[in-house]
Amino acid sequence: MQGVMKERAVALLSDGTVNRVLGWKTGEFDYDITPAVFQSKEELEADFVYDDFCVNNLSKYLIKESRKEGKILVFLKPCDTYSFNQLVLENRIWKDNVYVIGIPCEGKVDVNKIRESGLDGIVKVTPATDSYEVETLYETKTFAKEEITAERCLNCKSKKHVVYDELIGEDGDVLETNRFDQVAELEAMSSEERFAFWRKELSKCIRCNACRNVCPACSCEKCVFDNPNSGVAQKAAADSFEENMFHIIRAFHVAGRCTDCGECSRVCPQNIPLHLLNRKFIKDINELYGDFQAGADSTTPGPLTAYTQDDVEPSIVHERGGAQ
Amino acid sequence: MKKISLSNLDAFFAEIAKNQKLYLPVEQEDKTSRYEEWEAGAKVSLLGNTVRSAKDFFFPQTENMVDFKVEGKNIEIVESRSEVEDFVVFGVRGCDVRSFGILDKVFLSDPVDTYYKNRREHGTIVSLACNRPTESCFCQTFGVDASEPEGDVVCFMGDEELFLDAKTEKGEKLVAAIAGVLADADANAADPVKAQIKEVLAKLPLKDLTTDKFDGKDLMETFNDPKWAELSQSCLACGTCTFVCPTCQCYDIRDYDTGHGVKRFRCWDSCMYSDFTLMAHGNNRNSQLERFRQRFMHKLIYFPQNNNGEYGCVGCGRCLARCPISMNIVKVMKALGGKENE
Repeated sequence: MQGVMKERAVALLSDGTVNRVLGWKTGEFDYDITPAVFQSKEELEADFVYDDFCVNNLSKYLIKESRKEGKILVFLKPCDTYSFNQLVLENRIWKDNVYVIGIPCEGKVDVNKIRESGLDGIVKVTPATDSYEVETLYETKTFAKEEITAERCLNCKSKKHVVYDELIGEDGDVLETNRFDQVAELEAMSSEERFAFWRKELSKCIRCNACRNVCPACSCEKCVFDNPNSGVAQKAAADSFEENMFHIIRAFHVAGRCTDCGECSRVCPQNIPLHLLNRKFIKDINELYGDFQAGADSTTPGPLTAYTQDDVEPSIVHERGGAQ
Repeated sequence: MKKISLSNLDAFFAEIAKNQKLYLPVEQEDKTSRYEEWEAGAKVSLLGNTVRSAKDFFFPQTENMVDFKVEGKNIEIVESRSEVEDFVVFGVRGCDVRSFGILDKVFLSDPVDTYYKNRREHGTIVSLACNRPTESCFCQTFGVDASEPEGDVVCFMGDEELFLDAKTEKGEKLVAAIAGVLADADANAADPVKAQIKEVLAKLPLKDLTTDKFDGKDLMETFNDPKWAELSQSCLACGTCTFVCPTCQCYDIRDYDTGHGVKRFRCWDSCMYSDFTLMAHGNNRNSQLERFRQRFMHKLIYFPQNNNGEYGCVGCGRCLARCPISMNIVKVMKALGGKENE
């Protein structure tokens, strides 16, 4: 796959279709891949990589990159194409300046899952057909693929590319998933239990803003929490509830626009399951407005921004028992 | 040298906790660890390092500095700093102990930061040699010996026993206070543990990383290196690296209007943030390239120039493990470091 991608990138660079390539660059280890813009064949030959560790959703970089001169080639996995569409819909990505190549994804590795299994000192990860051999400073162990596949990929919502200029490999389908199971578990809790769950999780927050900064739906030029003139700028929480507020406000702000790419939870250094907040909104929107997937196309306004006479009334909150 | 059986560690912790608060790395559900106050039955993590550093003990993420009570035209100054009692931190790794020395240079040099000093004086550091260094460790690059950390009391974990070596007056005092649960050990009892650790250290993938290029001689050359653009291009501008870093020490002081007064507090700041060192005329570093460069120039060039060559990094590897885009000081040093680091 990597070879074909590199070949296409070199070809599109040399025939002038694009002048830059947004992809992934090798790191020190097998797993520490960095998103990168390549400008020449030489750079691509030296460092371009695509493998099971290329986890980053590259769409958000296009807000900045698509405003630069010339067209940029980007490689998007199926889930990334949803973010791309959503950002095009919001006029954040200038689509004409982007050439999208859809690439297949069979699920990415979550290196923290290897660590959670008790392994440390990972020096090599070698993929085989349905497994990975992990070599560490202390031992070698083989993992079945699903054992170390990222949680968000085990609940993959779609192998279908919803936007592309060309496709490498065959396109997949929208999938049935169990991604709302955990949300349902939270809903089944008493409000006290649920409150305790979120207080515990969110109290771990160190306000590094990684979730916000990686989030394709968080695309404000200046976030209200960074603006000293907003009156709510916070580098630090005045009390422990402010941490909770930050995440809840953020979840509200991306509601209806979040495509459920899962980057927020991936980047959280404290392993807070932030995506569950967003999934709760997605589940509610599905239930109250009919099934809706943000980013499925780049023209349909989301149910929270489009008015119809069938829209639910605010009293639904009371009816569902949410106001207690 | 003293010792205690590993099977008896709970008694050891209980003995310390009798007289003061004891904090140590506790294993979490996701198998990571973080410093928590010890309580009976706590699942103490004896391998690996914590996600967050230990700097919070002396330089907490937020702290109250002073309150102002406003009544009409009168302003009353109200002391709001929290009382500090004696405490012990157990299980601090060599890299993190070294980081305290770096923070000392910032906070204890004139004018002395009394908030920091107060905590420092009340804290006793019980360090623990690293039985299980990981692939992202590069403390050796900065002269830290993970097999023999600094600290008030230094511990070494053998197969069956924990060995303790008091190194300072504070350490002696602590060991004397818990002598009841300790037994005497030979002065060289921990040597096999140290040797074992040294063997692993010699195999670490980053063991050859050098600081040679960062001797401060070509400051402007490093500052103007075109590689900064490439290194910083995908930086998300989040503060993860700075907040998990044991040596990042920048902070902001702000006033919080309570409606009937002001609470002045200090909180960690991050040079990665767009409003870092924001001034009346605006910001002196307007691009992420400049902000990104500042962080590494500070650690590798400015800090050593002002502190007799001591670098502002201890090689703990937390930024390697936690950066959302896997950009970190090792990649920066390798990219800028010329041949030595290739």
